[in-house]
Amino acid sequence: MVERHRDRDDRGWEHFEHGADVGIRGFGPTVEIAFEQAALALVAVVADPETVRPETAVEFACRAPDTEILLVDWLNILVYEMATRGMLFGAFDVRIRGTRLYATARGERVDVARHAPMVEVKGATFTALRVAKDDGRWVAQCVVDV
Amino acid sequence: MSTMTASGLRPIRRSDQEWEIPRQGDMRVPAVLFATAELIEAMEDKVFEQAANVATLPGIIGASFAMPDAHWGYGFPIGGVAAFDPDEGGIISMGGVGFDISCGVRTLLTGVSADDIMARQKELADALLRHIPAGLGSTGAITLDPAEMDAMLAGGARWAVARGWGEAADLERTEERGCMADARSEFVSAKAKERQKREMGTLGSGNHYLEVQRVAEVLDPAAAEVYGLHLGDAVVTIHCGSRGLGHQIGTEALREMVATADRYGIRVPDRELACAPVHSEAGRHYLGAMRAAINCALANRQIITHLTREVFATVLPAARLDQLYDVSHNTCKVEEHEVDGRPRNLYVHRKGATRAFGPGHPDVPEALRSAGQPVLIGGTMGTASYVLRGTTEGMGKAFGSACHGAGRALSRRAAGKRWYGRQIIDQLAAEGIMVRSHSSRGIAEEAPGAYKDVTAVVDAADAAGLARKVVRLRPMICIKG
Repeated sequence: MVERHRDRDDRGWEHFEHGADVGIRGFGPTVEIAFEQAALALVAVVADPETVRPETAVEFACRAPDTEILLVDWLNILVYEMATRGMLFGAFDVRIRGTRLYATARGERVDVARHAPMVEVKGATFTALRVAKDDGRWVAQCVVDV
Repeated sequence: MSTMTASGLRPIRRSDQEWEIPRQGDMRVPAVLFATAELIEAMEDKVFEQAANVATLPGIIGASFAMPDAHWGYGFPIGGVAAFDPDEGGIISMGGVGFDISCGVRTLLTGVSADDIMARQKELADALLRHIPAGLGSTGAITLDPAEMDAMLAGGARWAVARGWGEAADLERTEERGCMADARSEFVSAKAKERQKREMGTLGSGNHYLEVQRVAEVLDPAAAEVYGLHLGDAVVTIHCGSRGLGHQIGTEALREMVATADRYGIRVPDRELACAPVHSEAGRHYLGAMRAAINCALANRQIITHLTREVFATVLPAARLDQLYDVSHNTCKVEEHEVDGRPRNLYVHRKGATRAFGPGHPDVPEALRSAGQPVLIGGTMGTASYVLRGTTEGMGKAFGSACHGAGRALSRRAAGKRWYGRQIIDQLAAEGIMVRSHSSRGIAEEAPGAYKDVTAVVDAADAAGLARKVVRLRPMICIKG
């Protein structure tokens, strides 16, 4: 499993320690990119996102009272969609307008041999939940229950 | 996020196995931890903070308890027990139950010896892996239409047995006799049902497993006799929960309770302690859905039991898989407990804690009642699991509760870095333990070394009088989810 990834200097994702579970963190120059990177970190708990082919596009929208809860809702939509569609996603395009999120996720059906999935994610939690701009860089993080 | 700082919350030793965080700040009751000095030393400060935070919740009775395997959870510590009186404003909290509602352990006797298993070990391990859906993305052979989904959520293991997945005798040996009353499938969202549609009879992933184990040591011969356990016997143990349905109910309840706690004027020191009064619309809604998820978990373990019997019938037809017991360790249940000399109906939350009712309790199956309720404790695939029994003493200590497992010592991330799956499989094979899984990385994350010493946890529960050790089990075959 890749547990830290940076494809450009200004954006990336990583996992952080949390007891029995896993913390996920995305960062980037905008809150949208931080959310996209957090989604990649979520997928990386299950399998290496780079092995996922962007064959099918799925569109989502959600709304929350604040940006932090919006992150939890966004990640939980992905947990739900991956579970019920039997898919993994490997690429994301997120737009946020106020407290609404619109997103496109691209991926494919789980292929146990090629993706070598490790563990299911049960849900995103409010533990270590944080969406904030630190030194000009947006960070979006929380712990996910596995 | 918390109003309490960990520095002010060091537990004070009250006896060899009992520690207390005295009432302070907004705490309504003290927090009581059962553990040895070594286990307390190894606990994160977050456990103390979370146990103290639970003590601030409205309507809490007695104390906020932490079991010897307590570790950092969501709102409640894992290994946390708390009881609430609805007539004193008592609440129900999703954090006190957890995401994997009614995750639990079922142990089956086999009527054959460990030597019989070892003679067919490879064949049995391969057949179990093939026949029992496990790991991410695995789906069962059963697809539920909306009417069957509702029937399953109302009926639990009773529904499964009526459909041919099991025997009536299994129900007598299951908590709630296989069916949680007052489950409300209409309070379970369409999304939760959709997530479960194809997941019945699946083991899941993470720390879930099916093991064939040897009775390696008898520690209480009289109780072992009542339970039908003898040295050298083989048993099967299944550890799993309510799958996607429970996870989705947990996710939705947390989101809803974060929004509603304010509405009911409940101030919580941590968002994940979000809760609702038992006597409220949000409370009734969660209770009804959570009870339906308990039924889902009971039905799921019942179907896996049936699949296991099918494998044994083919590979080892001499075996007869009678159920010892099935107990959940992520629940909230209404129970009668004596408080200050009078019986009261309390909402007992057990998050990563096992019910452990003592001898004579009417909820313990009649055939086992003289010994007390079997307390099934999962260990790691390389070490041991235990069967304990509930005690009369424990009923008064922590509302009849005990530990639930070893508890992690290393995070998944750290374990994944330290070990390779293949290395663990080879190492355990050399010790006579055959591990099978669809995920090599999953095995590395579940390496025995990633867990605390289950024996230390069980010894502490025994010494504290929460439950008494009956037998130690050692794995021979482990199917990891």
